[in-house]
Amino acid sequence: MSGPSTYQPQSGFAKWMERRLPVLGLMHSSFVVFPNPRNLNYWWTFGGILAIFLVIQLVTGIVLAMHYTPHVDFAFNSVEHIMRNVNYGWMLRYLHANGASMFFLAVYIHIFRGLYYGSYKEPREILWILGMIIFLLMMATAFMGYVLPWGQMSFWAATVITNLFTAIPLVGESVTQWLWGGFAVDNPTLNRFYSLHYLLPFAIAGVVMLHIWALHVVGSNNPTGISVKSSQDTLPFHPYFTMKDGFAAVLFLILFAALVFYAPNFLVEPVNYIPADPLVTPPHIVPEWYFLPFYAILRAIPDKLGGVIAMFASIFVLFILPWLDTSKVRSAKYRPLYRQFFWVLVVVCLILGYLGAKPAEGGYIIAARIFTAYYFLHFLVILPVLGLVEKPKERPPSISEAVLAKTKSKGGDAQASAAAQ
Amino acid sequence: MGMATLKTGQSEGSAARSRPLWPWAASLAIFLLLVFAGTSAVRAAGKVDVEAQKWSFNGVFGTYDKGQLQRGYKVYQEVCASCHGLKLVYYRNLGEPGGPGFSAAEVKALAAAVQVVDGPNEDGEMFERPGRPSDAFVSPFENDNAARAANNGALPPDLSVIAKARDGGPDFLYALLTGYVDPPAGLELQEGMTYNTVFPGHQIAMPSPIVDGQVEYDDGTPATAENIARDVTAFLMWAAEPKLEERKRIGFQVIIFLLVLAGLMYMVVRRVWDGVPH
Repeated sequence: MSGPSTYQPQSGFAKWMERRLPVLGLMHSSFVVFPNPRNLNYWWTFGGILAIFLVIQLVTGIVLAMHYTPHVDFAFNSVEHIMRNVNYGWMLRYLHANGASMFFLAVYIHIFRGLYYGSYKEPREILWILGMIIFLLMMATAFMGYVLPWGQMSFWAATVITNLFTAIPLVGESVTQWLWGGFAVDNPTLNRFYSLHYLLPFAIAGVVMLHIWALHVVGSNNPTGISVKSSQDTLPFHPYFTMKDGFAAVLFLILFAALVFYAPNFLVEPVNYIPADPLVTPPHIVPEWYFLPFYAILRAIPDKLGGVIAMFASIFVLFILPWLDTSKVRSAKYRPLYRQFFWVLVVVCLILGYLGAKPAEGGYIIAARIFTAYYFLHFLVILPVLGLVEKPKERPPSISEAVLAKTKSKGGDAQASAAAQ
Repeated sequence: MGMATLKTGQSEGSAARSRPLWPWAASLAIFLLLVFAGTSAVRAAGKVDVEAQKWSFNGVFGTYDKGQLQRGYKVYQEVCASCHGLKLVYYRNLGEPGGPGFSAAEVKALAAAVQVVDGPNEDGEMFERPGRPSDAFVSPFENDNAARAANNGALPPDLSVIAKARDGGPDFLYALLTGYVDPPAGLELQEGMTYNTVFPGHQIAMPSPIVDGQVEYDDGTPATAENIARDVTAFLMWAAEPKLEERKRIGFQVIIFLLVLAGLMYMVVRRVWDGVPH
C-alpha cells in the first residue's frame, strides 16, 4: 500500500543515513504520506489513542518499578510509599492505574468500531487477529498488574483466577501449583506476576508493530467499507490524520486527567486498600470493570471447566470472526439487519458487564446464562445466517463518490462532482 | 503517490466544514455515562447508605481545613491512638504542605513526646529514644496478636488508609463514629459487641469512642460529639490522601492546559480540513 518510498532526504545527515538504514524513509512513508481513506470518522482515532496509552503505561510503569517492592510483606506498603514519599509518586501511580482503565475503554471502542464497519473482513483477517492477540496480552498484563499492590482484591482475584486452571482435567492441580510456585497464591506468585507484568507490555509493543505493519499493507478500512480504488479516495496521513487523531487524543486525555486528578479511586474497589489477608475472604470478589462481561460468562456455566471453556471461547470466537461472518459487505451502514444486531450485541455486552458485578445467584445467574447464550448465538448463528439472508443496501461505487454525494446533498453544487472526474 | 485533487474543492468547502463533531462526542458521552452509571450502580447496590457530608476537601477546588486537621490530630492522639496505629504516616508529614500545617518546632515537639524503639546499639541491645520527625507514627501494639489479645479478640485496624478502604470513604467513617444507637428491641448482641447503624452486620467490637466534650479543643471550637467525629474523619482523610491538595491543584493546571490545547488543535483541524470533502 505504501509503495516505493517517495522520501527525498534533504539534510546531509538524512542522505547519509538513508543510504545505510532507511528509517527516515520508513517513517515518511508510514506516517507522513501514507494514504488513508478521506472519509474516516472520529471512531478511527482510537488506534492512535491506544498507541499513546501504551506509551503512557510503559513510561509510568517503568518508573513505578523503580520504587515498588515485589514481596508479600512489603508490596502494599511500597505502593503507599510511592504515593507518599516519592516525588509525584501519587501521580505516577494514579496515571498508571487509571491509564489501564482508559486503555481498555479505548480498546473496546476500537474493537466495536471494527465490528460495526466490518474491519475484520477480507483482506484484514490477520490485522484483526493480531489485534485480538494484543487484546489477550492486555488482559493478562492488566490482571497481573492488579495483583501487584497486594490488597485484598489483588490477592483474592489472583486466587480465583489461578484456581480456574485446576479445572483442567488430570493435570489441573499440578499446573496450578506450578503457576503459583507453591500450594497457594503467595510470594513466588507475586514475584512471577511482577516479572511477567514487566515483560508482557514489551510483547504487546512487538505485536502492535506487526498490527501497524499489517495495517499498512492492506490500508485502513473506512465507514463505507468500500476498498480504496484510486488516489481520489485517500488523503496523506500528515497533516490530515495526524491533526485529527491528535485532536481526538487531547479530548480523550481530558477525560483521563479528570479521572486521575479528581476521582483517582473511582474505578478501584475500596477493599483493595486493605492489605491482602489469606484468612479473610471479601464478601464480593469482583474483577476490574473491563473484565466484568467475561466474569459473567465464566460464572454463568454451572460447571467449573465449562465456565472456563466458555470464557476463553468468548474471546476465541472473535479470532475466527472473519470466517463466521458470511456477508461480503463490510460496513453496517449498508447492512440494515446487521446494524440492528450489532447494537443488540453492544447492549448484551453491557448487560453482561453489569451481571459480572452482581453476586452469582438467583435471577442474576439466570440472566447471565441467557445473555451468555445470546453472545455466542450472535457470532455462531446470527452472523453466518445474516450474510446469506440479508439484502444489503446499494453501495456507492467509490469512497470519493460517496463523499461527494454527501457533500452535494448538504448544499454543494455540480462542480464538486466535476472535481472528482 | 498523487495528492488527491479533491483536496482543494471550491464550493463544497463550507459543506465539508460543517461536518459536525457532536454525534461522535455525544455517542462517546452516552457510552461513558452508561459505563460509569453501571459502575456506580454496582458499587451502591447492597450496601448501607451513608449520608453524604459537606467536606472542605470535596470538589474541584477542595482543600483541607488546617484547623480541622490539627483538631483531628488531637482527637486521634487522645481517643484513637490507644488502639489504632497510623504506621504509614510520619511525624514530618504533620508539617508538610497540604497537611495540618504544624510548624517545624511543633512537629519536633510532637515527635519528641513519643518513645521510639531503635537499635540495635553497639551492644546489640534495642533501646528507646524520643521520637524524631523522620519517625513513623508508633503503633500501640507490638503485633496483631498483641492487639487482639488486648481487645477481646478483635483487631483494631491500622487507620493509615482507612478513609479509602471503605465504601463511602469519609462519609462512612463519620456515619460510623456517629452511628452508635441503642440496639432495636429484641436484638441480642454478642458479647463485647456494640450496636452501630452503618457497620456491616451492625455489631461492632469498638465501643462508641466519642462523647460530647471528650476532647478539649484549643481553638474554641465546641467539642460536640459531631464536631469531634467530623474533625478526626477529616484528619484520617488527610492521612490516607496527604497529596490531595497538590493533586487537585496540578489537575486543574493540566486540564486548563489540555482545554487550551484542544481548542488550538480544533482550529488546526478545521483549517487543515477546510474545503476538503471527507
